[in-house]
Amino acid sequence: MKLLAPGHRGCAGCGAAIAVHSILSATGKDVIVVSPTGCLEVISTPYPESAWEVPWIHSLFENTAAVASGVEVARRALGRKDETKVICIGGDGGTVDIGIGSLSGMLERGHDVTYICYDNEAYMNTGIQRSGSTPYDAATTTSPAGKISFGNDRPKKNTPAIAAAHGIPYVATSSIAYPADIGKKVKKAIAIKGPKYLQIHTPCPTGWGFDSNRTIEVGRLAVETALFPIYEMENGKITSVKKIKRKPVEEYLKVQRRFAHLFKKEGGDAEIKKIQETADANAKQLGLDM
Amino acid sequence: MKLSVGAVAEPGSTRANKTGTWRTFRPVFNADLCVGCGICSQFCPEGIIHEKNDKYATDYDYCKGCGICAAECPKGAIKMVLEVK
Ligand SMILES: Cc1ncc(C[n+]2csc(CCOP(=O)(O)OP(=O)(O)O)c2C)c(N)n1
Ligand code: SF4
Ligand code: SF4
Ligand SMILES: [Mg+2]
Repeated sequence: MKLLAPGHRGCAGCGAAIAVHSILSATGKDVIVVSPTGCLEVISTPYPESAWEVPWIHSLFENTAAVASGVEVARRALGRKDETKVICIGGDGGTVDIGIGSLSGMLERGHDVTYICYDNEAYMNTGIQRSGSTPYDAATTTSPAGKISFGNDRPKKNTPAIAAAHGIPYVATSSIAYPADIGKKVKKAIAIKGPKYLQIHTPCPTGWGFDSNRTIEVGRLAVETALFPIYEMENGKITSVKKIKRKPVEEYLKVQRRFAHLFKKEGGDAEIKKIQETADANAKQLGLDM
Repeated sequence: MKLSVGAVAEPGSTRANKTGTWRTFRPVFNADLCVGCGICSQFCPEGIIHEKNDKYATDYDYCKGCGICAAECPKGAIKMVLEVK
């Protein structure tokens, strides 16, 4: 039986729900989950219902890592010696923007917590507003493409690098397109003592604008174009990367409404070239090409 | 609505909400083509695709008809057909 029950309110084809299934398949039942406000919280716990089959706590939007720190310390204070792990599963807005202070504190204090960000690259629950994790040129409701604008004019924040800069033992990225990769990394993370950070790419049909049956395909294309590279860092060093037979970024961009303006507007070609340069830089820095 | 202490909700209680009513297209599983790999069940956002005698099937009470299972099945064993109610 899956540990996230059906009946949840996720949109048809929701990538975040798929991420949770892959995560909980790896942790099993001995886990306490903390989640901030966001789609995952809203779809899984319309009070008085809950989809969770494991202990789950809703924090505020901004303090997920602080609540998880408290849970971990309380368990120590109570002398609990069982194998139960404390993990966070939070959206990108809750993680890379408003919650980054409490995340940094948790990593710095060295709590035995695995923080997992499901990255759907915007504030979806409140209507697709841009976050620090929104990629360059994506149209959102607060970075709309129009006559002058090509959408979000800032690059995607490199949050795994920020996490790694805390000198923590384990940082990894993954994607819902690769459930076995998520499983392996979650198992590895929870077995390591101390703070761990994982970021999982979770395409969102509603926010990105693609048909609900293409969630996995879109996730795969992000990885295959090197726009969402998959790697592991142990004690600050890159220790594994997912090698790819690289595809041009157009293949990823053209299947999503949030990038549609790049193919219609004058000057779009030059923008796509810039995005290709980001992918090239990722591939070079991490040695992604087969 | 009465709030319990700590606003505690019972595990798995969203099952009361039968999301199968959302469906426009219905996945039809062809057991003759299914090789039992289970790829569809790893990707279903509802977590409802289950094994039955080495073949896979879904739970139409909750299936939202997203079509991911049909898109990802490597054997083309799942077809989406328009739902008639
Ligand atoms: C302090 C505070 N500010 C704003 C909100 C409103 N709010 C709720 S969810 C959300 C966006 C969540 O975005 P993200 O963390 O990326 O999760 P997603 O919904 O995309 O899965 C916002 C802005 C809030 N609940 N609390
Ligand atoms: S808006 Fe996106 S992340 Fe939120 S429930 Fe829908 S598909 Fe999932
Ligand atoms: S159509 Fe979607 S919800 Fe229905 S069984 Fe297939 S993957 Fe699951
Ligand atoms: Mg988000």
